Amino acid sequence: MIADATSRADMRLDPEAGRASPVLPFGVLVAVLLLIPALDLSRSTLTLLNHCGIAMVFALSYNMLLGKAGMLSFGHAVYFGLAGFFCLHLLGWIGEGGAFGSFPVFFLPVAGFAVGALAGAVIGWPSCRRSGTPFAMISLGVAELVAALAYMFDSAFGGEMGVSGDRMVGPELLGLSLGPVQEVYWFVAFWTVAGCAGMHAFSRTPLGRLSEAARDNAQRVQYVGYDPARVRYLVFIFAGAFAGMAGGMAAVQDEIITIDALSLAPSGAILIATFVGGVRHFWGPVLGAVLMTWMESNLSDYSEAWLLYLGVAFILVVIYAPEGLAGAVAGAWRLARSADRARMAPVLALRLAGAGCMTAALVVTVEAAMRWSSGHGETFAPLGVPLPHDAPATWIAAVVPAAAGLALLRRARRIEETRT
Amino acid sequence: MTAPALEIADLRKSFGPAEIIRGVDLRIEKGERHAIIGPNGAGKSTLFNLVSALFAPTRGEVRLNGRVISGLKPDAVNRLGLSRSFQVSNIFGALSVHENVRCGVLRSLGIGYSFWRPVGRIREVAEATDRVLRETGLSDKAGLVAGELPYADQRALEIAITIAGGARVVLLDEPTAGMSHSETDRAVALIEKATRGKTLLIVEHDMSVVFGLADRISVLVYGQIIATGTPQEIRADPRVREAYLGAEADRLEGAPE
Repeated sequence: MIADATSRADMRLDPEAGRASPVLPFGVLVAVLLLIPALDLSRSTLTLLNHCGIAMVFALSYNMLLGKAGMLSFGHAVYFGLAGFFCLHLLGWIGEGGAFGSFPVFFLPVAGFAVGALAGAVIGWPSCRRSGTPFAMISLGVAELVAALAYMFDSAFGGEMGVSGDRMVGPELLGLSLGPVQEVYWFVAFWTVAGCAGMHAFSRTPLGRLSEAARDNAQRVQYVGYDPARVRYLVFIFAGAFAGMAGGMAAVQDEIITIDALSLAPSGAILIATFVGGVRHFWGPVLGAVLMTWMESNLSDYSEAWLLYLGVAFILVVIYAPEGLAGAVAGAWRLARSADRARMAPVLALRLAGAGCMTAALVVTVEAAMRWSSGHGETFAPLGVPLPHDAPATWIAAVVPAAAGLALLRRARRIEETRT
Repeated sequence: MTAPALEIADLRKSFGPAEIIRGVDLRIEKGERHAIIGPNGAGKSTLFNLVSALFAPTRGEVRLNGRVISGLKPDAVNRLGLSRSFQVSNIFGALSVHENVRCGVLRSLGIGYSFWRPVGRIREVAEATDRVLRETGLSDKAGLVAGELPYADQRALEIAITIAGGARVVLLDEPTAGMSHSETDRAVALIEKATRGKTLLIVEHDMSVVFGLADRISVLVYGQIIATGTPQEIRADPRVREAYLGAEADRLEGAPE
C-alpha cells in the first residue's frame, strides 16, 4: 500500500512543476560555443565573445540577488572587481614562481570565486540584515566606500594605472598556453558553461528556492522555520562568489583591471543588462549581457549616443515589459502556440512596426542633434542622405516616423481592446 | 504531569500609551482545540501575534510545552513546533502550489539552508509534499502559480503550508474569513482532518465554525479574557452575552447546539 502510494506519487510528481526544462537552453549554449571556433572569426570578434561570456556569468550572479532573492544591489561590481584585482596579483605571484608558481592560470576563476565569496561574506554580514530599500542604500554606500578605499591604497589597486599581468605564466593545462585569443576563448567558454550550470543548479537547491520564497514573502519564510536574513546572507555570498568567478575570467581575458571595474558605473550597467534581459527567467540575464556587450563594443563604434539608447531601452522595459527580453521571447513563443495567434499576429506586427518607426525618429533626432552640438561640422547621413540639423528634411525625417509610430501603436491597442 | 501545550501567563502588550492586551492568562492542554472569540478590536490578532512570537510582549510570557518562547524569533519558535496561518493569505505568490507546500515541509525533514543538492531530487521532500497536497485537496492544482489561485484555494493553501511541517501546535487566524457557506464547510472539514491529534488555537468570527470545532472557547474583550469554558458554558454565560451586543448576540443564539 505504501509502495503503491509512492509509485503513484512518482508518476504524478514533477518536482520542477511549472519550471522550464534546462536541457534545451544548455544544449543551445554548448552547441553555439562549440560551433563558434569553426567560423574562423577575427581576433576582435573573439574578444567580444569572451567579454560576452564574462558578462553572462556576471549578470547571472547579479540575478541571484535581483530576480531570485528580490535584493536590489547597486554595488555588485565590487565583488567582480575585488576578485579581478586579486586574480591579477595572483598572476604576478604565479609569474614569480614560489608558493603560487604551480597554480594553473586556467583555474584563476576558482580563486576569483573564493575571493568573491569572502568579500560577500564580509560585506553581506551587516548589509543583509535588511531587505528592500535599506539594503539597496547600504549596497550603494558600500560601492562608494570600496571605490574610495581602492583609490587610497595604490599598492593593492594600482591607482589610476590599475593592475596588469601576464596570463602566459605557470603550468599549462590541456595544452592551453592561454596566449592567443583563440585559446582564451576555450578558457572563457569552459567557465561560462561552468558558471551557468553552477548557478542553475544553485537555483534548484533548497537554499535557492528559499531565496525565491523570501522574495515573495519574508514573513512566511519565518513561519516555515527559516530566518530570511540568513537566507539573504547565504545567497549574497554565492552571488559574490559567482561575480568573483567572472572577475577571474576577466583577469585572464584582459590582463588588466582598473578601479573603474569596481565603481558604481559597472554596478549600474549590470543592473540594466540584467533587467533588460529579464529577471524572472533564468536565461534572461544572459540575453541582457549579450545585448549589453554588443552595444558597448559595436554600437559604440557607430554612435557616441549608445548609452542614451541603452538608457531609453531600460526605461521602456521597466515601464512596458518588466519581464524583459526573455519575457518577450516567452510571450511570443506562447502566442505562436496559442489558438489566438491568428487574432494577435496583426497586433504584434503593428507593435513591431510602430516601435521601429519610433526608434527611427529617436535615432534621427539624437544623431542630428548630437552632431550639431559637437560642432565638428559633421552631418548625420544615414544611407547616404545628409540630414543636417537645419534642413526641413531632417525635421520631416524625425516627426513623420514619430507620428506614424504613435498611430501604429494606438491602432494596435485599439484592435487588441476590441477583440478581447 | 506534563506541561500544557501552550501556557500564557499575565501577558501584556502596549503600543505607545495604548495597552491592547491587558493581562491574559490561558492554559491550553495538548490535543485541545481552543477558539478565541471576541468583538472587533478586542485584541485577538495582537494576542495571536504575541503567541506566535511575531511581537514581543511588554510583560508576561508565553510557554510552548513548558518552554518560554517570548523573545525568540519566529523561525526559532516554528522549529520548536508551533505553526501559524494568517488572516490575509500569506503565501509565496510567484511560486507554484507544489513549491509553496514544499517550503513548509523542508524544515520538518531536517533540511537547513542546504545548497549542495537539488531540492526536487530529495525523495522524502517530494513524498511529504505530495501527502500534504492530497490531504488538503490541492493535488490537481500543484503546478499552478499560487498567486493566481482563486481565493478559497489560496486559503486552503494557507492552511496547507501551516500544517505541512507537522507542527504539534497550530494557530489559525480566521481561516474561513471571506468564504461562502459551502467553502466554509469544506474549510472546516479540512481543518478538522488536518489538525486531528494536534493542539489548535483558532481565532474565528463565524460562530458556527467556532461552536462546531472547539473543545473550549475563550472570550477576549478589551484585551482581557472574560470567560473560558466549553461551548455550552460560553453560550450560557451572562457576561459573554453582555459583551456581545445586538447582531453578534444573535449570532451566538444562532450557533448550533
